[in-house]
Amino acid sequence: MNRKVEKSRFFFEQDMQETVGEVSTLKPKPWGPDVKLDVVGKPVTRFDGYDKVSGTATYTFDIKLPRMVYARTLRSPHPHAKIRAINAKAAWEVPGVLDIISSDNTKSIPWYRNTSMIFDSHLRFEGDEVACVAAETLKSCEEALRLIQVEYEILPFVVTAGDALKKDAPKLYDSGNVTWGKPETYKRGDIKQGRMESEELVEDTFSTSVAIHNATEPHGSVVNWEGDKLTVWDSTQAVFRVRDSIAAALKIPDSHVRVIKKYMGGAFGSKLSAGKYTVMAALLARRIGRPVKIILDRREQNLAVGNRPDSVQRLTAGAKKDGTLTFLTHDATGAGGAYPSSAGCSWPARTMYRCANMKASDTTVYINAGPGRAYRAPGHVQGTFALESLMDELAEKIGMDPLTFRMKNLADTDQVFKLPYTTKLLKESYEAGAKEIGWQKRNRTPGSGVGPVKRGTGMASQIWWGGGGPPAYATLKLNRDGSAHVIAGTQDLGTGTYTIMAQVAAEVLDIPMDRIAVTLGDTGTCPYCGGSGGSTTAASVTPAVRDAAERMLTKLRSAASAILEVSETDLNYEKGTFTVKTDGKKKADIGTIMQKMREQALVTTGARNANPEGFAINTFGAQFADVEVDTYTGSIRVKRVVAAHDIGRVLNRKLLENQFHGGIIQGLGFALMESRVIDPNTGKVLTTDFHDYKVPTMMNIPEIKVIIVSEGDTRISAVGAKGIGEPAMIPTAAAIANAVYNAIGVRLRSLPMTPDKVLNALEAAGRKS
Amino acid sequence: MPFYGGDFMKKKSEPQNPSRRNFLKNVGVGTIGGAILTGTSGKAASTSTAIEPDSGPIPLRLKVNGDTVNVSIHPETTLVEVIRDHLGLTATKIACNRGECGTCTVLLDGKAVYSCHLLALDAADKEVTTLEGLMDGEKLHPIQEAFLAQDGLQCGFCTPGQIMTAAALLNEYPEPSEEQISIGMSGTICRCAAYPNIAHSVKDASRRLKKPGGNNEQES
Repeated sequence: MNRKVEKSRFFFEQDMQETVGEVSTLKPKPWGPDVKLDVVGKPVTRFDGYDKVSGTATYTFDIKLPRMVYARTLRSPHPHAKIRAINAKAAWEVPGVLDIISSDNTKSIPWYRNTSMIFDSHLRFEGDEVACVAAETLKSCEEALRLIQVEYEILPFVVTAGDALKKDAPKLYDSGNVTWGKPETYKRGDIKQGRMESEELVEDTFSTSVAIHNATEPHGSVVNWEGDKLTVWDSTQAVFRVRDSIAAALKIPDSHVRVIKKYMGGAFGSKLSAGKYTVMAALLARRIGRPVKIILDRREQNLAVGNRPDSVQRLTAGAKKDGTLTFLTHDATGAGGAYPSSAGCSWPARTMYRCANMKASDTTVYINAGPGRAYRAPGHVQGTFALESLMDELAEKIGMDPLTFRMKNLADTDQVFKLPYTTKLLKESYEAGAKEIGWQKRNRTPGSGVGPVKRGTGMASQIWWGGGGPPAYATLKLNRDGSAHVIAGTQDLGTGTYTIMAQVAAEVLDIPMDRIAVTLGDTGTCPYCGGSGGSTTAASVTPAVRDAAERMLTKLRSAASAILEVSETDLNYEKGTFTVKTDGKKKADIGTIMQKMREQALVTTGARNANPEGFAINTFGAQFADVEVDTYTGSIRVKRVVAAHDIGRVLNRKLLENQFHGGIIQGLGFALMESRVIDPNTGKVLTTDFHDYKVPTMMNIPEIKVIIVSEGDTRISAVGAKGIGEPAMIPTAAAIANAVYNAIGVRLRSLPMTPDKVLNALEAAGRKS
Repeated sequence: MPFYGGDFMKKKSEPQNPSRRNFLKNVGVGTIGGAILTGTSGKAASTSTAIEPDSGPIPLRLKVNGDTVNVSIHPETTLVEVIRDHLGLTATKIACNRGECGTCTVLLDGKAVYSCHLLALDAADKEVTTLEGLMDGEKLHPIQEAFLAQDGLQCGFCTPGQIMTAAALLNEYPEPSEEQISIGMSGTICRCAAYPNIAHSVKDASRRLKKPGGNNEQES
């Protein structure tokens, strides 16, 4: 079988996962730099591109079933309240209304890691679920929502982490407002010692705003019961996780829930877990005996289904004049919203630079606002902004070039786990990026440019995991005509999973891409793969596809040997045909072999290999930004971004560049414009649409250059690919902030760097424009 | 309300503001242009079995992707609701439902409009083109081919809106400059931020449409 169960470790988002799972022990020759590949690595056109440009791609949003009805949710208008009574009598009178559920008529179902329930009478944020209505039409739903009378007991609220930590702050939970009761801390070495050794030190506070994923396709589901079996179409990044959550909530077997996601309109981390809406829809559908569609609107997206928590980060660091970093501390506090999530952001500071004395503390605080969820490199985007700004400040203080300072402090091992890296090409990333941007041409003296529009160049580094790991499986079905079908329970988020999986299968089986079909995202038909987060999908799943294809070749070779009556080693394989080495006329193609085998679909299932023992697996990179700051208006324009990264093997250059563009532009949005705003007087969110919550448009994009300095990482798998979704976004905001400093000579320590902050900073620095 | 800000777009037959005043006036006198059918044929056109909380539906004749269609709608129904729910043309998506993101962009007499922000009644007598209308059977339109070739998309949800925005831009400016692309496409948000490739796609589409034998039927 070439399989065994063993321990393997990898990171998913910020959590270290230790799995004892089945892994493949087949060891095909890894695709190292010496291997010539025909399909993998080529800029193959997106496999699902036709569906998307033709509009035939069907999203959860488009699913329409016979007799289907609609559901909408009544949400708390108050940031903090208790439900005294719900009177839905008038709502029941609305024509078309079929059912209304709330805590009055449903059993309590635990939610948010058992801190709450699907319908909890204690409402902890504006947008917390109160009731859910099913009706023939959406309009009837909305009419009914307006008519449900709820008597609320309004409670005092708190909407900033700073206020929530005050002694007399309103409490969200009896246990207090600190999530998990205490900060998450880390320490190595001796900070006092490090301070003494330092010749210069810096100390500063940085802050970032809450950012909302705002994927274009809203969160939502369509649910359909067939007897005691439930089918869920869900806009999700994790079909199996949704399946298990829904089954547990409804107390039915996992096997009776089938979750399907073929296409999904964006997620960025916000769709990694099951939503209350799916459970509410399933409850309604079971009660009324009809399929239910529940789709959130833009306002609900901005209130209730995740965000990147904000941060206030206090950092101190010291260095010797020769550039040696002697100590680093990072204390961060962030508002994780009303239910458990992590606002921690000190990971980059723990591992980015070689530093013997390091101390970190992350405090996540409950506030009366929507709960946080993973958002594209959770923690790292915030933490990297602060760390990389501080590194620039320290470099300036010791009179060293910021890039030279970073090179001087490269960490050659993972200092938290005390392990060497499988690869680390950060130095190469620095060099390639610096060359491309023209690092030497930047302002020697920050802010020294003439005229009202100042130009500047800055850079920042990136560390992330993204090596993936087991368990992940892929099934391969081969047909007599030499076409093949790849099936795996992973997801394509628009990242290109469909394409890269087909490429890997095509490469190994030596058959054309257009002979391959791929099915993903269906718990009813696909073997298990994890959620598509943490930049793990390509790294986890493509080796499983290769494994399945290699097993297929082994099976075919064995059959060909029997048919042609020669030993397996005497056979050559090329483009679907085995040929006897010594007699080119004796051959057997896939069709012939399968006919003899009386097979119409040969099946193999491949598994991911275990990660290597004794190594840390990470991605690295550096981004460089050129900006223009208008000192009259305070507006910042990013002109150019160069991204140079070590991310293992490039599977598809075209898709890779596109994903890098996306990460960089989202990073630009985070740096310059994105911010959830809550009115401190009412506790209500003011930014609930695209008018108020600003995201980048075509008008904001810089010129982007992507450089990949790495080859396949042969230590991690036979494919050697790592994830890029999150690495692409991590350093962008920091690089822009450093470029802004280089342009105007005034440091902005609060994101987003909106024009008012720029002008105020200039004013405060006395540099009237 | 013009779809594009500033003076960028020359406004030939700018879509009417779906203003409340206009809407009430039209409904008040019981007729909108010549497109409102009589009560009897309206009954025949009614396919909706939905139970509505308000007054009865109004028959409406629309021209969508070259076909004349009769639907029976409540007056507050938006164009995108007719397109998606009544006609089953689901390529057009809704992401904000308040005229801010452009995901629902379709062409109205060749101009880009936010179909979530336009009453279906205001589309009477006008040519509506959705993404499906660009297709020739299963064959892609040159603009769609360009988006495919340049990978001008990621998750694909806003892609129909991007392509229709591009179609309107190329109608107006067959060879758009970078600035025209930047401004012309800026009303349609791509949260995946595939913008650089979307810009390449528009340029590529312009080249493809110029080629002899290119599909020019969308050029009005």
